[in-house]
Amino acid sequence: MLTVSEVDAAYGRARVLFGVGLEVPAGSLVCVMGRNGVGKTTLLKTVMGTLTPTAGRITFDGQDITRMPTHLRVRAGMAYVPQGHVSFPQLTVWENLQVTLEATGHRDPAAVDEALDVFPALREFFKRPAGFLSGGQRQQLAIARALITRPRLLVLDEPTEGVQPSVIDEIEAAVERLHREAGLTVLLVEQYLDFALRLADSFVVMDAGEVVHAGATEELHDEEVRRMLAV
Amino acid sequence: MGALVNQLPIGLSIAAVLLLIALGLTFTFGQMGVINMAHGEFIMAGAYTAYLLQGLTSQSFLIALPVAFAVAGLMGLLLEWSLIRRFYGRPLDTLLLTWGVSLVLQQLARDVFGAPNVQVTAPGWLVGGVDLLGVRLPYNRMFIVVLAVVCVVGVWLYLTRLPAGRRMRAVVQDRELAAYSGIATGRVDRFTFLLGSGLAGVAGVALTLVGPVGPGLGTFYIVDAFLVVVAGGLGQLRGAVLAAVALGFLNSYLEFWTDASLAKVLVFVAIIAFLQVRPQGMFVLKGRALV
Repeated sequence: MLTVSEVDAAYGRARVLFGVGLEVPAGSLVCVMGRNGVGKTTLLKTVMGTLTPTAGRITFDGQDITRMPTHLRVRAGMAYVPQGHVSFPQLTVWENLQVTLEATGHRDPAAVDEALDVFPALREFFKRPAGFLSGGQRQQLAIARALITRPRLLVLDEPTEGVQPSVIDEIEAAVERLHREAGLTVLLVEQYLDFALRLADSFVVMDAGEVVHAGATEELHDEEVRRMLAV
Repeated sequence: MGALVNQLPIGLSIAAVLLLIALGLTFTFGQMGVINMAHGEFIMAGAYTAYLLQGLTSQSFLIALPVAFAVAGLMGLLLEWSLIRRFYGRPLDTLLLTWGVSLVLQQLARDVFGAPNVQVTAPGWLVGGVDLLGVRLPYNRMFIVVLAVVCVVGVWLYLTRLPAGRRMRAVVQDRELAAYSGIATGRVDRFTFLLGSGLAGVAGVALTLVGPVGPGLGTFYIVDAFLVVVAGGLGQLRGAVLAAVALGFLNSYLEFWTDASLAKVLVFVAIIAFLQVRPQGMFVLKGRALV
């Protein structure tokens, strides 16, 4: 479904990605792992188009999207939940969802209910500005916001980071359900090994801007792979 | 005492004009980080629109309001599309660029309309005034205040009730996330320019009621409008309203008590002192997420 091949990316003159390749087959859950600062978030930003690669090619459903603007990628069926539970702080929870719905191609109001069925607790905070929610609530809102676009590929950047443990469980369960039951394709960046182990079909390990290991999840138990992930 | 009270409508109408001008500035500044020095020339364009239309029909002045909005708005749109969007993320370059555009537009006005000021005759129904509780309320100044209130309410409704306004607030608050939500941020930027520049054009028409029209009309107001933006907090509607009212009264009363130049100095001192205490302006984005 998503193919990243030989992608280089840089922030100004600082190169961050060196020939990164990645394959996310339809219906799979692929986890990108690696220590801090190895380029995982940069890879996702390149996939979503906020950063344009200096070399290489990205295709989604066979279509070359390397230079496609971000909002068109979203309308094409890619949704992104950035790191750090981001929302529009001064918009209410309802407005956060509504503004996303209005920007989607389908504009089907039922999408809001579908997304809220995943995180029913959000209904209580409908009229509250998103900036006043807790980190965990905001992360639920962020995922709900992404689901409203009815994505075929969901890209998650460390969804459990900085979130209280009770909410981590809810988020994990939700991602698991979406993937297992609804068959949603997921590209996940996660440092939390247990979560990755339970959910992922395959994984890639990054180091210093390169993919140093790729394989099926069973291999994650390997001593060598564990060593690559050790801080 | 009487003179002091009569200064009230003057202060209010200055505040109203400043507000109309500052709205566009605060949006383009807050949303795109662009300091648009050519904003003043959209005021001028609005004022000359009223000048060109006068005498054409009996209601030329009222017709001039939407026409000036369209003329100035399209100028803003064109400026954004042709030049400014290529300079996003480079605030100093946009400052120089728009300043250059401002000079070119002023010279253009001089070539087309001549350097001397021209006068727009106020329609008959705006001549005179009414006495209310001992305060003399000139119709022209009251009209400006009503106009500004209508525009601000309109902008507020647009921002809070309409999908396009919601998109605009989303882009102001988090441009990247807006793109991730499927919003075409470039199109929203262009529309913000259209709206802000159009309001400056309306302010230009309003200004023809209280003074002559000349090529330098915009420069006279642009600095005060920027002060409103900075004191009110970037991209904040509430802040712009409060700051415009405060600055309008400060201006008119200080001018009344001292003289025009000393008043300017005192206003600057007041703003500098205020920004020492609250560098972020009156209002800022609030919430746990931003602490």
